[in-house]
Amino acid sequence: MTRTSLAIPPLRPGRGARRADTVATIVMWACALIGAVPLVGLLWTTISRGLARLDVTFFTQSMRGVIGPGGGALHALMGTALITLAATVLAAPLGLITALWLVEEADRSSSPGVRRFGGTVRLVVDVMTGIPSIVAGLTVFALITLVAAPGTRSGIAGSLALAIIMVPVVARASEEVLVRVPEDLREGGLALGAARWRVVTKIVLPTARPGLVSAVVLGVSRVVGETAPLLLVAGFTDSMNYNLLSGRMASLPVYIYSQWQNKGVDAAAYNSRAWTAALVLVIFVLFFQVAARLIGRSRKETQK
Amino acid sequence: MTETLSDTLLTQMITPPPSPTLRLDHVSAGYGELTAVSDVTLDIEANSVTALIGPSGCGKSTLLRSINRLHETIPGARVSGHITLDGDDLYGAEVDPVDVRARVGMVFQRANPFPTMSIRDNVLAGTGLRGKRLTRSQGDDLTEQSLRDVKLWDEVKDRLGKSGASLSGGQQQRLCIARAIAIQPEVLLMDEPCSALDPASTAAVENLMLALKTAYTLVVVTHNMAQAARVSDTTAFLSVTQPGRPGELIEAGPTKRIFNDPLRQATRDYIDGKFG
Repeated sequence: MTRTSLAIPPLRPGRGARRADTVATIVMWACALIGAVPLVGLLWTTISRGLARLDVTFFTQSMRGVIGPGGGALHALMGTALITLAATVLAAPLGLITALWLVEEADRSSSPGVRRFGGTVRLVVDVMTGIPSIVAGLTVFALITLVAAPGTRSGIAGSLALAIIMVPVVARASEEVLVRVPEDLREGGLALGAARWRVVTKIVLPTARPGLVSAVVLGVSRVVGETAPLLLVAGFTDSMNYNLLSGRMASLPVYIYSQWQNKGVDAAAYNSRAWTAALVLVIFVLFFQVAARLIGRSRKETQK
Repeated sequence: MTETLSDTLLTQMITPPPSPTLRLDHVSAGYGELTAVSDVTLDIEANSVTALIGPSGCGKSTLLRSINRLHETIPGARVSGHITLDGDDLYGAEVDPVDVRARVGMVFQRANPFPTMSIRDNVLAGTGLRGKRLTRSQGDDLTEQSLRDVKLWDEVKDRLGKSGASLSGGQQQRLCIARAIAIQPEVLLMDEPCSALDPASTAAVENLMLALKTAYTLVVVTHNMAQAARVSDTTAFLSVTQPGRPGELIEAGPTKRIFNDPLRQATRDYIDGKFG
């Protein structure tokens, strides 16, 4: 019968191709595993050494008057919470508005000059995401020196430094979220006789909201572990400080650094506290990263 | 010949032709250097359905989007000529495009209900977006009336609080039509409103067009010849005469005549499916 001649020839790769396939598979698996080794090692070390002091005292006491064992990181946890919160309050609106301006205004402008300026702003934002955090710290240090006594340290100065790092992260992430809001929806709003700002506030922002929240959370996770700028402008203390505007304020990363750097007689107690603080910090960052992803994912699901 | 002429005259004396609501006068539109559609002059009668047909790239969508001034929201877009609605120049210097779009509603190719809004809020979106406040009962009435007008009320009345995205494609498109007519425009533009719908939903939307023309003036862009023949009173055929040239209006007239006895060979070829 002619049937065999019509049959599709088998698409079986030759021996050479199959061998190359096996080699490539092995190489890629090996790379993935090697890449995971440091990560697993880091987590393992942090957990195994940090668990020892993961106790109630760690979360309920500061280091005021503590020499040797005991003590906790409540002052540092509180400092990190306050400094990061203030940084978010400063940076999130700025980043969001920058992204809104880029997507809703600059990209849609009929003037080529404005569109070009939008491109410049984008470039600046991109460059700023790569700014070394110590430079942000130094910038704020210089600024503080201009308005207050040189070397004045405060929580809000730390927030300012973190905000500088956070703005471009939030701007970039929100921009991507806003770009993904379907053009159909904007046109649908405009076609109903809506002014452009109402289309933005009533259609674009609500549609993008989960993504924008995850952009901000991403920004928080980016700065919550920053050490250098805080060491420089927020300083360190062993005591509680609830006032962002005056006095040195401890933070978790700086706490780790100072525990490790300034060990007392009982070095093991200091090491142990540093590891526990490191573990808590890793959990924080992980929490924010996972939260950012979950919020972003819930958005896609509701859109279906 | 003289008999036909006197017949026409007689008809005109008995029933004067309705004055054109929408008048396109030497309209050209494009983006930057590119002119998509050139020099279209067309009168569109009130309470009729006008179909814009023609091959892809002839500029019929651009022309449609020029009528509600949506075209100009794209950077680099430009429109020249005059478009008047009931004598008002829609491109007048002091005219706010936002107000034009409230008088000239639009339904898009892809149904685009607002995903964050409920069915009810979608219907009322136009009033909210225009900054008008409705009382609860006014909102209820407008929702029910608009959804009844698009024959969607019975299907959704028990789930007005659900997301508009939960509806089927055809229902979503009818929801978008309800949303467009809730602000009571004078003209309703439809840009290939059925091209993403199944035959049953298409029939529903076509019936809706016939029902809506008693209250609105409809302009429909369509690729579907049969649809143009079924729903429209007037057909305008646009085409590109030479590659690289902008689209032009080849001819316009009563749909029956365009389909049965077109004046131009290009129209006949397109309708017969010889091209495009």
